Amino acid sequence: MPLIRYQAPELAPWSAADRWSNLGDELNSFFELPFWSSFGRAGQLFTGWSPALDLYQSNDNVIAVVELPGMRKGDIEISLHDGTLTISGERRRESSSNGEKAERTERYIGRFRRSIALPTSVDATKVSATYRDGILTVTLPKAEEVKPKQIQVS
Amino acid sequence: MNTLTRENRDSDRVQTEQFLAPPASVIEAGEGYTLEVEMPGVNKDGLDISVENNELTIIGRRSLPVVEGTLIHHESRPENFRRTFELDPSIDANKISANVEQGLVTLTLPKAEHVKPRKITVS
Repeated sequence: MPLIRYQAPELAPWSAADRWSNLGDELNSFFELPFWSSFGRAGQLFTGWSPALDLYQSNDNVIAVVELPGMRKGDIEISLHDGTLTISGERRRESSSNGEKAERTERYIGRFRRSIALPTSVDATKVSATYRDGILTVTLPKAEEVKPKQIQVS
Repeated sequence: MNTLTRENRDSDRVQTEQFLAPPASVIEAGEGYTLEVEMPGVNKDGLDISVENNELTIIGRRSLPVVEGTLIHHESRPENFRRTFELDPSIDANKISANVEQGLVTLTLPKAEHVKPRKITVS
């Protein structure tokens, strides 16, 4: 007897393109297989973790917003090299006591690494970051020479 | 047949609001289960957890950081989260507790007293 039964989600996590390419398969499996078996095939769950990243640009800053649920602040590493921002770290399993066993694991546990090329040069010495509700926000101030300048007509 | 009925009802609900199904893990320990659901951007105020007809529903509404600037690269999805689980009858639904920390929702689902493993001493 299943202990906690899953219901198939109406949307696959994150991967929109993947969802469409698999639609036919999903429909078939809905009718041919038990309903829960169509779950958990969003490939990235089993091949690693590539956290969703958004990048914003304002006059003064480049801002990266990364979804990193369930991390400890100390396990997140942010580095900047040759105009590429890299966010990496390790997600650990919370304390495991004796006699525990995983019934079903969809969450990725282990190391991850995510890089993105920045659109302009930034001042590496002034980078700051906040981590709140599982969302990492990295603010990278633009280097002085690339900031837009207002030129007064005299 | 039951399955289809349930799925149909689900898709009716989806018409009104789109939800993402977040990744989840279930860990069993002797006393019960731990359920972990990833909901980045969700804090205590955005969580709505309910049990109805032995069906556990977790809805997480996000309060995302407001960022100044133009979006130049976009991967995140705007939808809120929802995940539904059918509870095993061994779980005591009245004793389910929940906690959210850094976008990770952790539910503790204890087994009812009568199904907990028990040692019987021979006298």
